[in-house]
Amino acid sequence: MAILTKEEAKTIIDKVLAYSKSDEMSVNLAGGRTGNIRYARNAVSTSGESVNQSLSVTSVFGKRAGTATINEFDDASLEKTVRRAEEVARLAPENPEYMPMLGPQTYLNTDPYAESTAKMDPNYRAQATFDSLDPCRKKNLVAAGYMEDTARFNAIGNTKGLSAYNRETSVEFSITVRTADGLGSGYGTSDVTDVSKLSTKAVTEVAMGKAQASASARALEPGKYTVILEPAALVSNVDASLMVALIRSMDARNADEGRSFLSKKGGGTRLGEKLFDERVTINSDPTNPEVPSGAFSGDGRPQEKITWIEKGVVKNMPYSRYWAEKKGVKAVPPGGNFIMEGGTQSLADMIKGTEKGILVTRLWYIRPVDPQTLLYTGLTRDGTFYIENGQIKFPVKNFRFNESPVIMLNNLEAMGKPVRIGGNLVPPLKIRDFTFTSLSDAV
Amino acid sequence: MGLGTAGIILPNLPAFSRTVSPEQLLEPGLDVAVKKRLADAALNAAKSKGATYTDVRIGRYLNQFVITREDKVQNIVNTESYGVGVRVIADGCWGFAAVVDAKNEADTAKAAETAVAIAKANAKLMKEPVQLASQKGYGEVSWKAPIQRNAFEVPIKEKVDLLLGVNDAALKNGANYVNSVLFMVNEQKYFASTDGTYADQDIHRIWPIFTVTAIDPKTGKFETRNALSAPMGMGYEYLQRNPVDKVTGITTRYNKGYDMLEDVTAAAKQARAKHAAKSVEAGKYDLVLDPSHLWLTIHESVGHPLELDRVLGYEANFAGTSFATLDKWKSKDFNYGSKQVNLIADKTQVGSLGAVGYDDEGVQTQKWDLVRDGTLVNYQAIRDQAHIIDEDHSQGCCYADSWSSVQFQRMANVSLEAGKTPLSVANMIKDVKKGIYIIGDGSFSIDQQRYNFQFGGQLFYEIKDGQIAGMLKDVAYQSNTQEFWNSCVQVCDASDYRLGGSFFDGKGQPPQSSAVSHGSSTTRFNGVNVINTARKI
Repeated sequence: MAILTKEEAKTIIDKVLAYSKSDEMSVNLAGGRTGNIRYARNAVSTSGESVNQSLSVTSVFGKRAGTATINEFDDASLEKTVRRAEEVARLAPENPEYMPMLGPQTYLNTDPYAESTAKMDPNYRAQATFDSLDPCRKKNLVAAGYMEDTARFNAIGNTKGLSAYNRETSVEFSITVRTADGLGSGYGTSDVTDVSKLSTKAVTEVAMGKAQASASARALEPGKYTVILEPAALVSNVDASLMVALIRSMDARNADEGRSFLSKKGGGTRLGEKLFDERVTINSDPTNPEVPSGAFSGDGRPQEKITWIEKGVVKNMPYSRYWAEKKGVKAVPPGGNFIMEGGTQSLADMIKGTEKGILVTRLWYIRPVDPQTLLYTGLTRDGTFYIENGQIKFPVKNFRFNESPVIMLNNLEAMGKPVRIGGNLVPPLKIRDFTFTSLSDAV
Repeated sequence: MGLGTAGIILPNLPAFSRTVSPEQLLEPGLDVAVKKRLADAALNAAKSKGATYTDVRIGRYLNQFVITREDKVQNIVNTESYGVGVRVIADGCWGFAAVVDAKNEADTAKAAETAVAIAKANAKLMKEPVQLASQKGYGEVSWKAPIQRNAFEVPIKEKVDLLLGVNDAALKNGANYVNSVLFMVNEQKYFASTDGTYADQDIHRIWPIFTVTAIDPKTGKFETRNALSAPMGMGYEYLQRNPVDKVTGITTRYNKGYDMLEDVTAAAKQARAKHAAKSVEAGKYDLVLDPSHLWLTIHESVGHPLELDRVLGYEANFAGTSFATLDKWKSKDFNYGSKQVNLIADKTQVGSLGAVGYDDEGVQTQKWDLVRDGTLVNYQAIRDQAHIIDEDHSQGCCYADSWSSVQFQRMANVSLEAGKTPLSVANMIKDVKKGIYIIGDGSFSIDQQRYNFQFGGQLFYEIKDGQIAGMLKDVAYQSNTQEFWNSCVQVCDASDYRLGGSFFDGKGQPPQSSAVSHGSSTTRFNGVNVINTARKI
């Protein structure tokens, strides 16, 4: 299905809403195209493209809700889907936490969409892949990479008058380059809304440099080290990560219930407490031009500019609508992106200003160890280097870490210039006393 | 790369799933004669466009999830996904195309033609043509999981009553919060290929899980305990309470029948007891690992590194490569573990998640050795890889998580063979001077070549001079795969053998999910490094 315009989507949704016989009904219409290309051992291994469209109807009687989905849009099919949703709703158990649907909302003007990305085709992907493979082949390095591009829209309407529309595009590219002898490995990644801002060649060159520089790594004793964590070590496009884990653990209900790092001893939450270094400020902003995101959350709530952490103090926490009503507060949805404020230094400046430390390209297989303290474990990967007197001295063997982002953001030494990663803006961070607990032989 | 993040896992639905009513899950799929017609149309169309090999997968994937917390049903999800995927070799190169809701021969023929066009386009970038191990055709065959009670035929009310009863028992026994979920899956798969196989298969899986949370208001701390159930290739009979399926001991564990009510009652008390448990002193311990725990260590440190595509570098950018390189296998004396260690790949094991009659490229499933008497002897390979390890046939472990995904090499059930000498858990513990007995899986992480790992668990008991001395907390162990399996000194006998497993093993880009079981008996590993995970924030 093509990317429907706001008006085209609304016409279909309004037609479906007219069939409603339930107390409340909402319609969600979504569609788009996604394409990908994957390569390994310096050759393309798979590539594909798919289009999808679906219309989902949720009907409600009292506190009983039922959903039915369809991907055919003739009148008979649409009406049948509404009747099916109503049938499912009548038989569903009551949900005591059901919240009545929202009425009309006001949304910020965001447009996380670029025509250049929407137009990508197999030839574009093949050329982008060639730009990445060719320099690796020429230097006898072995490349494995992946690029995925998406263009989609979604629209919501309900019988209370809510109407929302969003369209967006994204491209994610990552590459791992290994030396032919398998002794060196480097990584590069980039994600953009507008594919004209992506150079697979430039990202590949970063990975090539790291691969060549990381061969013949030396072993350092595990222990507490000053580290410079590159943005890809803080947020991952493909794995859990320390910063995303922190942001996603801020839910107010979990904190109120006593099962979160934001739970207060004796009850309540730690809202308003200073839990991080005073240089830590984290916001969400769907209108930020570098990381635009959708104007509404899945349940139709507006995405606004909001500060989660300001100068180390917890300022806001996301609430479900049910929990917000119970607590008598505003139902702030989780953000569509997050933006961590940083400094002006480049990564090179940060290395220059480091007496002794370890540069970490990327962290991997990051999993929770203790939800109470947000302790996570994982490993360094694809480019880990020892820094002395402001210079990279030699590559080091990979480490396993056990660390909490809460502790990490209290041990802050310096912050660089934020860059886009995983749809968010995150600065490279210099952290003291980062805990490495064992060595890994993995390259 | 490995398993999804821990906690109550969100349903991982096949692509193009649509929400349906519970009744629609019981409607029969296409008649087998219709499926054959649709498949033949694709086989013929691909051949006429120049394909030298074609396979067609017609898939109907049904899922049901019942999700509750405390006294509330949070969601009941019923989904169906139907479509056809066609894979071809043309000009020596693979091509794949899929079509949602294929209705007639024209739809499947068109997908086949697209697949051929893609193969021909990709052939320009090819380095070497596909070498496909030969495979005999089996004719028209079928396979059905030997279930006793189709979970989709069990009324929703019975499932809701079970979970709300479980939640009630948790709250009455010391839990402050409880989340419980029933996952049920039915894959109706039809495979046809130019080798002359037409295989119709019916696969069922079930996974009941919960997490209980106990809060200590005095300290502001919370502790959790997850279910000791296993995801199984079974029907609703897995939820029958059957004394013969129970393994009694310090806490009850389960074999092919799971007593969810009994387990949650114990879990609530144990989550409460964890508050008073001793924080572990870091150091070397002998570990006694229950099958409900060891499955995950097997999965990460044996199952993944012995996938041939990882060894060859196809997963380098995502899941990673493997320390178990071809030279180690060729040497015929790579010491993966101690003499006690025998690790088996098996796609035929009854009740396991990986059991099918035929894999997703028409190969009858098998059982084979990976590690025999501690030595690495084989990998897991599919038809286009068999020649690399000097095999003339595939090992039958090719899988796609949807009709819309292209099939590739996935992990078979990989299990540790039970000890041949009679040995009970009690007798194993009797000989341990300083050890920890670990039950249930917890935190898990391993590097991209599968050397260094760290695992947690659900329940930890200190062993002192052959006796269980009490509960421990803040435990995780770190080791290196080869060192760990070489520290294996004893494996209990077959009477203790049980399966664990995962519904959500992820691999590939775009990622695909696969369900896989891992069996073992309780096993002892000597002198493993244990760390203390307590922190103050």
